[in-house]
Order: sequence, then C-alpha cells, then structure tokens
Amino acid sequence: MSRQPDVNVEELRGRYPGVFERPLASRARGPSILVAALALLIFGLHELDFSPARMWHGLRELGWISMMMIPPHPGSSFPAYLHAMGETLSIALLGTTLAALMALPVSLLAARNVIPSVWLRFPVRRSLDTIRGIDTLIWALVWINVVGLGPFAGVLAIAVSDFGAFSKLFSEAIEGADRKQVEGIRASGGSALHEIRFGLLPQVLPVIAGQVLYFIESNTRSATIIGIVGAGGIGLQLAEQIRVLEWQKVSFLILMILVAVAAIDWISSRIRFAIIGRRAVA
Amino acid sequence: MPAAVSILPSRQLAALNEAYRAAVSRRRLRTLLAVMACVAVLFVAAIGAEVNLATFIAKIGNFVSYFDRIFTLDSGQRVWTDPGEWFWGWKKWLLLLGETLLISYVGTVVGALLAFCLNFLAAENTSPSRWVRFAVKRFMEFCRTVPDIVFALIFVIAFGLGPMAGVLAIAVHCVGALGKLYGEIVENIDMKPVEGIRSTGAGWIDCMRFAVLPQVVAGFASYTLLRFEINVRGASVMGFVGAGGIGQELVVAVRKFYYSDVSAILLMIIITVFVIDIATGWLRGRLFGREVRS
Repeated sequence: MSRQPDVNVEELRGRYPGVFERPLASRARGPSILVAALALLIFGLHELDFSPARMWHGLRELGWISMMMIPPHPGSSFPAYLHAMGETLSIALLGTTLAALMALPVSLLAARNVIPSVWLRFPVRRSLDTIRGIDTLIWALVWINVVGLGPFAGVLAIAVSDFGAFSKLFSEAIEGADRKQVEGIRASGGSALHEIRFGLLPQVLPVIAGQVLYFIESNTRSATIIGIVGAGGIGLQLAEQIRVLEWQKVSFLILMILVAVAAIDWISSRIRFAIIGRRAVA
Repeated sequence: MPAAVSILPSRQLAALNEAYRAAVSRRRLRTLLAVMACVAVLFVAAIGAEVNLATFIAKIGNFVSYFDRIFTLDSGQRVWTDPGEWFWGWKKWLLLLGETLLISYVGTVVGALLAFCLNFLAAENTSPSRWVRFAVKRFMEFCRTVPDIVFALIFVIAFGLGPMAGVLAIAVHCVGALGKLYGEIVENIDMKPVEGIRSTGAGWIDCMRFAVLPQVVAGFASYTLLRFEINVRGASVMGFVGAGGIGQELVVAVRKFYYSDVSAILLMIIITVFVIDIATGWLRGRLFGREVRS
C-alpha cells in the first residue's frame, strides 16, 4: 500500500482558505436573511395592529360565526341564488370568450416570430403588462362607471383583465410553435396570412383552447367576487348576506360556489382532455 | 427533370378523392356542430348576463372619456403638466402602499409557514396516514377555492375593520394555494435519501428534516415568491371591503369621482406591481442560479 505523502495542513490551509473554511460572508448569509425576514414579519405584525388579545377575541367571534353557519340554509331565497349563480357562470363564460377573441389578433402582434420588429412589439407587450397589473375588481369598478351596475359590467371587467393575460399566453404559445410548417407554407408560395392560417394556427389552437378552458375555470372564481363591488352575480348576494349577518345563508352560498367551481372544473377538464389529449397534459 | 410524383390512374384517383372529401366534410360538419353548440351556450349566457349591446354602444364613449377624465386635473389641464397637484396625496398613498406590501408580506409568510407544516401531511409519499392526508387535502381545497376577498369580508366582521382581516384572509388563501404546490413538489422527490435516513432509525420528523427538506427548499422558495407577487395584487383590493391597504383610497376616489386621484393611485399600484414582479423574478433567478452552480 502506498503511503500518502506527508502533508502540511497548515500550509494547505494558508494556500486554499476557501476549501477549509467558507468565508464569513457566505456562512452568515443564510441566517442573516432569516433574521431579516423574521424582523420584517414582527415589524409587520406590530404595524398592522396584531395583538394576542385581538386575535383571541377575533377567533372566538369566528368560532361563534362558524357555529351560526350550521346548518347551511337558503331561507326562501333559493331561486334568487340559483339565478345569481347562473349569472355568475354566464359572466365567466362570456368574459373569457370575449377576452380570447380580442386577444388572438393582438397576440400575433406580440409574438416574436410573427412581428420581428422590436419597435412594434415592445409597446404592445408593455401595454398588455399594464392591463394585467390591474386587478379584475378594479376593472369592474371602472366598467360600472361606464355601463352601470349589473352583470354586464362584470363581463367587460373579466374580458379586459383576461385580455392582457391571454395575449401574453397566446403569444408565448405562438413563439413556441415549430418554424418548419410555416416555412413549408412559404416554400409552396403562401402569403404571410397563409403562413399564419395554415402554418401557425393549427399548431397553437389546441394549446389556446386548453388555456381558454382553464381560464373559464379560474374566472368562475373571479366572477363570484366581482359582485362584491356591484358587478352582478352571486358575489352581490354573498356580500349582502355577510353584511346583514345571515350566516346560514352565507354558508349556503359558499357551498353553492364550491359546488359550482367543482362542477366547472370537472366539465372543463373533460373537454380539455378531449381536445389536447391526455398525454399533452401529463 | 423527371417527374417525382407518379399520377395514379383516374379511377383510383377518383375513389381516393371521394374518400378524402368525405373525411373532410365529416370533420367540417363536426367542427360546425361544435361551433354552433358554443354559440348557443354563449347566447344563453349573454341573456343571463344581461348583455345589452345598445347600452354598450351608447356608453362605450364613456369608457374612452373616462380615461380622458382621470387624466385631467380639476383645473382642466392634463395631469402631467402639474405632477405636484396630481400626486398631492403622495405621502398618504405611499404609506398605504407600504401597508399593502406589508399585508401581502405578512400574509404570505404566515400562510407559507402553515402550508409548510401541513404539506408533508398531504403529500402521498410522506403522509403518516391516509386519513390525515384526506382531511388535510380537503381543508386546503376549501382554503383555496373560497376567494380571499370572501374570507376578508367575514374576517372584517370577526376581527374588526383594518389590515388584520386582510392579512388573515391572504394567509388562509395562501395555505390552500401553497400547500397544494408544496405537496406536489414533495411528491416528486427522490425517495432514496428518505429510506437512507429511516434505515438509521430516525423518526418521521428527522426524515422530513434531513431527507425531504434539502430536496425541496429551492422549489418552495420559488413558489413562495410567486405567491407573494400574486398576493400584492390581491392586497391592493383588500381595501374594497375595509381590510386595509391602498384599496380603500382607490374605491373612495372612484366612487366620489375624484378623477385625477384615480389615475394617480392606479399608476402607483401598477408601478408597485411591476417593481415587485421584477424584483421577485430577479430573486428567483438568483435562487435557481445558485442551485445550478452547486
């Protein structure tokens, strides 16, 4: 067996300090980030008026509210709630469809492989980002000012705020499309529009359909809340019943929302699988 | 150049053409039926949502002029000619924006901590018992399906008006959303280190700490940052129901037609959201960058 040559550990330590000992800065980084995060948390809790007494009082109140919620009971307003639920689903469906229809042409403008010019693409993208930065509820407030209270304002709010999201997602789908089909169309003498129609769209439509269905799901959730500011649907009923402390009706409405969301989830995932196939999802 | 494509005899060609037309027309018919079904559903939905094109066309001018109005000062000038007047309340608004950020930070941290404790119970490969897993999963589903603003409405009544209700609402929603994502990361880990630790006689908590945690911590951090981004948006509207933050000022400005205030507050919210997006994107890049390097 060969013997290891004698090593002078001290000398090696002097020559490669980084191997023997991580520098203090890198060792201290983890704990100092944790301490800073914790300090900010405590500062936040203090600043936002948290106190054990308030917490305790609130939790007791919450427990009492939960007791009052059982059993869920709609009273005599069940037909009105069903109508409101229908309104909510309509808002989600129409808003998403409108957004998708508007987003399709715009997403072409924001895609790198359709519009190579950065000067046209950049402003389009930034304005889409701005639209996405504003919450659906804020859009609902704006549209209420324009078309008045009611579900129509909700449809427009969802349409506008999703328009931003869709355009971004669609343009990403278009940028991810295969160049070869497009080049094939060009090689056989197709125009730019032909390239988009026969080269790009067949590739991206299944992706887009999947995304639209997914958004219908998530918009069912958004549509339940825009009623809180007066834009129609079940949110309006929910906010009203919470304000007048009709807890049994509140819990019934929440249950209705849960059931509706689960049903839409199920339906749209079935359609999604039918369109894009199971393997594309997995 | 010789023709590369051989032309089939005309009878064979006719049969093939016929089959092709039949196939295409069947597909077209199916597409047409699907489109018609969609249109019918949309039509019913349009009636349900009280869509009124006449109102829309009559009022669409309002939409454009609304943006015209929110960029006009009381004096009739454009807002950017006098930024001092436009952002007259910037001190108050900045404070409220700070409060909004704090709400989303505290809400995200509290929610993430709870989700962190719960997700090991909900993941298929680490859960100690099926019943615990079932219960925890249903609880998380409930937390993320009920929108955070509905929680805020209820918490405002239980805990009183103010940012505390907003924080708790965001935290509860966060438990549901993050718990699911965390659980999915945990389900995708390599189980060999866990077996290794268990073979040394360690208990469940030691397995989680020394075998699971090192594998998942980067993914957890990334999702938490993403959630923080989403929660900043969520917290900006918490004020609509009285749960603190800048939303309160915005809703008052919109309802009372303080036009230039609306644009000023909206602009501040948008810039904040942008900055947070970019900052968390940068942080995420650094986190993943470090993972790749080591």
